[in-house]
Amino acid sequence: MNSYAKIFANCWHTNEKPCAHFVDCINDGQKCHQSAETRKHLDAYKHEILLEDHKKPVILVGMGTCGLANGANHVHAAILAELEKLHLQVQVIPTGCVGYCSMEVIVDIKLPGHPRLCYCRVKPEDVPLLLQKTLVEKSVVAEKLLGIYPAVDGNNGWGELPLLSQVPFFAKQKKQVLVNCGVIDPESIDQYLARGGYKGLSKAINKMTPSEVVKEMIASGLRGRGGGGFPTGKKWEFALNQQAEQKYIVCNADEGDPGAFMDRAVMESDPHRVIEGMVIGAYAIGASEGYIYCRAEYPLAIRRLEKTIADAKAYGLLGKNILGSGFSFNLKIKKGAGAFVCGEETALLHSIEGKRGMPRPRPPFPAVSGLFGKPTVINNVETFANVPNVLRDGAASYAAIGTAGSKGTKIFALSGKISNTGLVEVPMGVSLREVVFDIGGGCPNNKKFKAVQIGGPSGGALPEQVIDTPIDYENLKTVGAMMGSGGLVVMDETTCMVDVAKYFMTFIQSESCGKCIPCREGTKRLLEILERLTASYRSEKTPDEALLRFQGMVYMERLSEVIQNTSLCGLGQTAANPVMSTLRYFRDEYEAHLYDRKCPAGLCRELLTYHIDTEKCTGCTVCARKCPQNAILGEKQKAHYIIDEKCIRCDQCRANCKFDAIFVE
Amino acid sequence: MELQQVYQKYPKNDPSILIPILQDIQEVCGYLSEDELHHVAEHTKLPVSRVFGVATFYNQFRLRPLGKHVIRVCRGTACHVKGSADILTTVENELGIKAGGTTKDLQFSIETVACIGACSIAPVITIDDEFHGGLTVKAVQKLIAAMKNNKE
Repeated sequence: MNSYAKIFANCWHTNEKPCAHFVDCINDGQKCHQSAETRKHLDAYKHEILLEDHKKPVILVGMGTCGLANGANHVHAAILAELEKLHLQVQVIPTGCVGYCSMEVIVDIKLPGHPRLCYCRVKPEDVPLLLQKTLVEKSVVAEKLLGIYPAVDGNNGWGELPLLSQVPFFAKQKKQVLVNCGVIDPESIDQYLARGGYKGLSKAINKMTPSEVVKEMIASGLRGRGGGGFPTGKKWEFALNQQAEQKYIVCNADEGDPGAFMDRAVMESDPHRVIEGMVIGAYAIGASEGYIYCRAEYPLAIRRLEKTIADAKAYGLLGKNILGSGFSFNLKIKKGAGAFVCGEETALLHSIEGKRGMPRPRPPFPAVSGLFGKPTVINNVETFANVPNVLRDGAASYAAIGTAGSKGTKIFALSGKISNTGLVEVPMGVSLREVVFDIGGGCPNNKKFKAVQIGGPSGGALPEQVIDTPIDYENLKTVGAMMGSGGLVVMDETTCMVDVAKYFMTFIQSESCGKCIPCREGTKRLLEILERLTASYRSEKTPDEALLRFQGMVYMERLSEVIQNTSLCGLGQTAANPVMSTLRYFRDEYEAHLYDRKCPAGLCRELLTYHIDTEKCTGCTVCARKCPQNAILGEKQKAHYIIDEKCIRCDQCRANCKFDAIFVE
Repeated sequence: MELQQVYQKYPKNDPSILIPILQDIQEVCGYLSEDELHHVAEHTKLPVSRVFGVATFYNQFRLRPLGKHVIRVCRGTACHVKGSADILTTVENELGIKAGGTTKDLQFSIETVACIGACSIAPVITIDDEFHGGLTVKAVQKLIAAMKNNKE
């Protein structure tokens, strides 16, 4: 196997033998040695790993977590077995996630002299046909084709085929951070380098002082992508201005927000980008040590990051004396132990220190007194992944994209009741409508769109009348949501908004760390109010309890405001957002639950009544046997009957009825 | 890795190693026993109360052993709007235990997770780290019946 390590054998670059020009050599041709042979090798190798000029066919299998969940490892095994059978010399590379999760498993095939093909929804049983047609007969299997990549060497061996970038899911996206995801081999540092990787770092370390890097970051207008949207450059400036013998930089990769997975995808598919961003940040503030605080639930991301750190160290891009500048930086991975509140920066720091992850009041801000009492900068994965672009292309070019207050692009994780689930990267300022309908393809099964939940448990649900709002930090706050980390969960007419609010309250209430009373007690009380709204009349034993239900509704808004205004940390201050936004836009649904004791979406089980259609029931007794409450009576081959008082609305009978004889009101 | 090696891996008297050492011990033993919590306290020179406090704060740590097969039900937002509450009830009913519990024969445990990140195939559960997506109540019943048969 060829590698940059081999090509640069006589001027090889490590921390012991540093050279400032290492990255420039790869990108702009050799700087020091005028050896024609090395130059030839360098060019040839670059063309080879960019798949511009290669001898053997290459197959790339999308093996991120969503690929694996759809069976990518079985497809990978089937490909290897089939290649053995066909006696073909083909390179098979596991790659990351291209973002189109509903089309997984994605298999790309690149033949020499042909543009790269992207096949989708590949199953192990499709593999023989796919390989036979493409590799042997050199023809395209049209029904599995998603699109093709642009021809890299000018000759399009396939003829007219749709470009991948014209597929509706990709057409409106602008990939800046995700550009390498699903395209390169995430475990190959050479592939990252060949695509301009570490150029931003090289420029920062060789040509700029730390304060110039910070100025560049401020000029770029990049804001924290973790939720709050604090300007990254400003944060770095605070830390740079602190005098301390030790400073830290921390990457928040504790993506606990249910329904968000963009950080995971970036770490799995393009981990070097995150590391490069962190080294630039460390250089800018003068940190010599850093931590990546990653969820333990992301084993693949952790494994990739470990390899990435080792590779970057071996190339002298991390560790002592980076690129011969005298600047040293060490990076460690800390596994989170599963606490949503650890996404809050002071709680995260406590967790790294080995304590319970509980927030503390600020100031002092971490930039002044953070990890082990030293100045610390904390940014999330996506923020760091943006940094290399800012340095490489310059602040002006970065700031050209986006709106007045929010620059660059934002990655969203689209999921829920939507046709095209996956990761999308769009410029700031596009509307939610474009993301949900043009990119996401709207709700499947002809269901009517009801709302989109943005920002996870800290955000809000937005109805159709406001989804034309251009996405940026300020606009989203105005309509009662927030950017959050970027989870977009789409809901259709069969989703009950009171149930959604109850779901988020259950989550927040169990994740509240318990330190401050408004969050600990307030969220519990809010949850109780919502539970009363969705509970059956039968659980109300006395008239007082019915009154409590009404009283809760009256107090709900005031309680939400108290939680918002008096909680200690971001988790508590935003905890009531799901309730407030659903109250603001879907009050009618709350009222239907409160007064009519009905759930318009037919989802809140306790408010439903189950009946058996005596015409359709054949008396097969399946429902009676499945009922955990023995609430169904009837003789064999005669219509059955449900005793409403006993029924707990578990839906087992309806789910198991083969004759559609059970209906609800 | 043996338990002894775990203790050797981490320096003594350093409180910041508390979470990693507990993670490694749980990896070896499957859970954190009372004895091990005492050992860790000794190793780190922290009060046992502090070790217990950390072990009960984080969702990852368990103070009881898990069953042989672990079923994790995703309760992420995407799964919720696609009906994961029903999936959870079904799993609970079929196994006769509640989420967080383990069957008496130590064969099955049910856990809920905030989000496994496989939102594209919601609702999703994992059985012994194998993903099962796009589930319906019936599909879950079949899966669990198949698991019970395998056992016997």
